[in-house]
Amino acid sequence: MSISLSNISKSYKKVKAVQDISFDVEPGELFGLIGPDGAGKTTIFRILTTLLIPDEGTATVAGFDVVEDYKAIRNAVGYMPGRFSLYQDLTVEENLTFFATIFGTTIEENYDLIEDIYVQIEPFKDRRAGKLSGGMKQKLALCCALIHKPKVLFLDEPTTGVDPVSRKEFWEMLKRLQKKGITILVSTPYMDEAALCDRIALIQDGEILDIDTPKAIVSKFPKTIYNVGANNMYKLIQALQSYKHLYSVFPFGEFVHYTDKRDSFQIADLKSYLQNKGLANISIEAAQPNIEDAFMELAK
Amino acid sequence: MKKENVIVAEELTKAFGDFKAVNAISFEVKKGEIFGFLGANGAGKTTAMKMLIGISKPSSGQATVAGFDVYTQTESIKKNIGYMSQKFALYDDLTVKENITFFGGIYGLSRAKIKEKREQLVSELGLENISNKLVGSLPLGWKQKLSFSVSLLHEPKIVFLDEPTGGVDPITRRQFWEMIYKAADQGTTIFVTTHYMDEAEYCDRVSIMVEGKIEALDTPKKLKEQFKVDSMNDVFLKLARNIE
Amino acid sequence: MKRFIGFIKKEFYHIFRDRRSLFILFGMPIAQILLFGFAITNEINNVDIAVLDHSKDATTESIINKISTSKYFTINELIAREADIETAFKKGKIKAVLNFEKDFSRNLIKEQHATIQIITDATDPNTANSITNYINAILQNYQQDKNKGIVVEYQIVPQTRMVYNPELKSVFMFVPGVMTIILMLVSAMMTSISITREKELGTMEILLVSPLKPFQVIIGKVVPYIFLSVINAAVIVLLSIFIFKMPVQGSLFLLGLESVLFIITSLALGILISTISETQQAAMMISLMGLMLPVILLSGFIFPISSMPVPLQIISNIIPAKWFIIIIKGIMLKGVGMAYVWKETLILIGMTIFFIGLSVKKYKIRLE
Repeated sequence: MSISLSNISKSYKKVKAVQDISFDVEPGELFGLIGPDGAGKTTIFRILTTLLIPDEGTATVAGFDVVEDYKAIRNAVGYMPGRFSLYQDLTVEENLTFFATIFGTTIEENYDLIEDIYVQIEPFKDRRAGKLSGGMKQKLALCCALIHKPKVLFLDEPTTGVDPVSRKEFWEMLKRLQKKGITILVSTPYMDEAALCDRIALIQDGEILDIDTPKAIVSKFPKTIYNVGANNMYKLIQALQSYKHLYSVFPFGEFVHYTDKRDSFQIADLKSYLQNKGLANISIEAAQPNIEDAFMELAK
Repeated sequence: MKKENVIVAEELTKAFGDFKAVNAISFEVKKGEIFGFLGANGAGKTTAMKMLIGISKPSSGQATVAGFDVYTQTESIKKNIGYMSQKFALYDDLTVKENITFFGGIYGLSRAKIKEKREQLVSELGLENISNKLVGSLPLGWKQKLSFSVSLLHEPKIVFLDEPTGGVDPITRRQFWEMIYKAADQGTTIFVTTHYMDEAEYCDRVSIMVEGKIEALDTPKKLKEQFKVDSMNDVFLKLARNIE
Repeated sequence: MKRFIGFIKKEFYHIFRDRRSLFILFGMPIAQILLFGFAITNEINNVDIAVLDHSKDATTESIINKISTSKYFTINELIAREADIETAFKKGKIKAVLNFEKDFSRNLIKEQHATIQIITDATDPNTANSITNYINAILQNYQQDKNKGIVVEYQIVPQTRMVYNPELKSVFMFVPGVMTIILMLVSAMMTSISITREKELGTMEILLVSPLKPFQVIIGKVVPYIFLSVINAAVIVLLSIFIFKMPVQGSLFLLGLESVLFIITSLALGILISTISETQQAAMMISLMGLMLPVILLSGFIFPISSMPVPLQIISNIIPAKWFIIIIKGIMLKGVGMAYVWKETLILIGMTIFFIGLSVKKYKIRLE
C-alpha cells in the first residue's frame, strides 16, 4: 500500500472535520478525493502530509506512520497545497532551484521527471511567479512538488480556479506521471474530473459516501434517469416537484434529471401531466447517470 | 414573443495603454434571460463586467444597462442592479438578520420594507432557527443562497453573479439554480460570469470571451451542435484550440 | 548546509525585491536620527516672549535688553495692561510673559528688593521649566554683573558643571534611544513578519513537509536580518559621530558586540511573536504595541525610570531595551568598559537565552 488510512477522525474544537475515514491507495494508482468545499479533503491531505495529527485512527504513507515517522514521510512525498504556495517575488527558476536545494537535490538531477512540464514554462523562467497566469502557476507548483522525485504525490485541489484548457493539460500531465510509477492522491470539487481517476472516494461532511472506480460508482445508480426539458425551466421544476410519483428532480444544464418511484414508468403519463400543467415543448428521454447523479443519490 | 433588451453593448472597449482588455464586444441581454458570460481567467470578463456595473469607464463604444448609459448614468445603474460574488458576499461577523438589514439599508429600503423582506427571506430559505446566528458559522451553501437572496432585496432589474457556485456541493448547487430560475421567471435578468463551463450549461444563452473578444454567442444547445461536442467544456476547449 | 545556504539566499531575494520595505528599513533610521537630532529637542532657542513693563526705567530696560539679545529669547510683544496677558497667551505665539512691577529701579535701590513675575505657558511643562530656568539664569547673571566690586555679606554662588554632555545636547540622549528602537523594530518586526508571511502564503506548509529542520528555518530567517541590523547600527553611530559630533568615548568594538547581542535578543523576540501570530498584520500589531511602546515609554529613553512610580520601575526591568540603553549610554557617553556594564550584559544574555528557548519550544513542526 502506498497510502493507507484506517478509521481516521479529526475535529477542530467542536467541529468534526473528518469522521472514521478509511481507504487504501495502491502503488502507482491515481486516486481522487471528490467532494465539495468543506467536505474534509484538505484535512485528510494535512494528516497524510504529517501537518496534522489525527484524533483517532492510524495512517501510513509509503509504509511510514504519519505520526511516528513524520520525518521519513517529509522526505518521501511531494505536496501541492490548495492555494498557490510558491514565492511570488521569486522567478520561476529561483522557485524551482530553491525547492530542489531544500530537498537536497538539483534541477539537473531529476530533470527527466519534470521535463515535459517544465519546457512549457521554461520560456518564462526569468519571470516572477506572481506574474504568471493561473495555468502556468499550477505547472510551476507541480514541478516544485516533483523536483525531489517523490514516491507519493499529494495534490490538493490543483485545478480549482483554473480554466478548462489548463485543467485538461494538467490531467494529461498527471496521467504521464502515473506511468512513471508515482502514486498520486488528488482532490477536486469538480465531479467531471472523477472519471479521470483510477479510483475515487466521494466525500461529504467529513464522511466517505463510497469508494470505487468511477464506472462502478455510476453503475450502482439504482434508478433510470430521464432528461426532461420544457419551455420554462422554473415551471417545469415546480410541476415535477408536485408530481406524486416523483423520486428526485435536479436541474442538469438545459434539462432536468428526473427519476420515478415506480418500476413501470411511462413517458406518456408524465408528458400529459406536464402538458396539463401548461408546459410546452416537452421532451422526455432516458439518459445515462453520471458521477454527480451518483453523488447526490448517496448524499441524500 | 419580443422581450425588451435590458443590457445592450455595442463595440464596448476597454484599453490599458496599448493592451485592449476588452476589444469591441457587442451583445444584448433580454429581460428575464439567464445570460452566461464565460471566459478563462484574464480573458476580460471581469473588466467587461466592471464597465457594465458602472465602476469602470469604457475607453470607447456604447452600452446601456437597465436603460441607463454606462458613461453618464452610473448612479442609476447601481440602483437598478444587484451583485453577488463568491469572494465578497456577506459579513461573516454579522448575524443573518443583521446582514439583511444592513444590505437593505444601503439600498435605501424603508425600515418597514426591510422588516417585511427580512421575514419573507428567512422563511423562504428556512432559516428561522438560525436567523440570529453569525453568517460565518453557516455552511458555504447556505451562505451563497442567502447572499443571492440579499442581492435581490431591492428588486433589481438585473443581477450580476460572479462565479456563484464554485465549490458548493451538487445538491445545494441545484437548489441555487432553482432560485435563479425562479428569479428569472419573475422577470429578473441574470448575468453570470464564470469560468466553470458546467455552470454555463444552465444558462439560456452564453457568450465566450477569448482574449478580449466574444468568440461565440448562442444557446448552449446550438453551440454544442455547432462544435459537434457533448458539453460546454468541450466547446470551450475547441474554441480555445481554434484560436491558438 | 547546502540546504541552509539555499534558504538564506531565498531570504535575501525577498528582502531585496521588496523595494518599499527596503527603503523603510534603511530610510527609517536616518530619518529618525535626523528628526530627533534637529527637530525634536528640549533646547531653548528663539522662544517668543512678551513683556509687561510697569516701570519703564533704566534697570528694566537693561534687563529686557539683556534678555532679548540672548539667543534664547525674542521679545515678540509689549503688553500694556495685566488684562492683556491672557489674550497674549491665547494667541499662542508667546511662551512666557515678564511682568516688571512698578518703580522697579527705585525699589531695587531703596529697598534692595524688586520683583519680576515670570509667567509661562505650561501646556508643555518641560519647555515651561526650561524657560523659567533660562530667564532665572540671565537675571542672576545680570545681578552678578551689577554687584561687581560691591561686597556682599553672604552669598552662595553655586557652580554647576554638566558632565558627559556638557552642552546638554538632546541628540546625545536620543541617539542611544533611537538606535535601540530601530534595532528592536527591524529585528523583531521584520523577522516576525517574514515568518508569518510564509504562513499566510501557504509556503510554510511546503517548508514543513520538507526535510528542512525547524531550526534551519528559524536561523535561516534570522541571519539576513542580523546583517541588516548591523548595517543599521553602524549607520546610526556614524551619523551621530559625523553629523552631530557626538563623541564616542568608549570602545567601538565593545559597542558593536553589545549591539549584536541586542540584535539577537530582538530577533529571538521576533521569532517568539511569529509563533503566536497567524497573519502578518497580527505580527505587526504585536510588534508595535508589545515592543515599540514599552521601549519608548519604559526603557528610560524619554522618561527617566527613576521618576516613574515604583510598579512601573519594576516592570521596566523586564524590558531588554532598558538594559541596552544603559549599556550604550555608558559606552558612548561615559566611555566605560566591560567592567562597568557586565551586569547589564549578563542580564541581556540571560533574556536572549530565555527567548530563544521559549521560541524553539513553541515552534510548531505541524500546523496546530
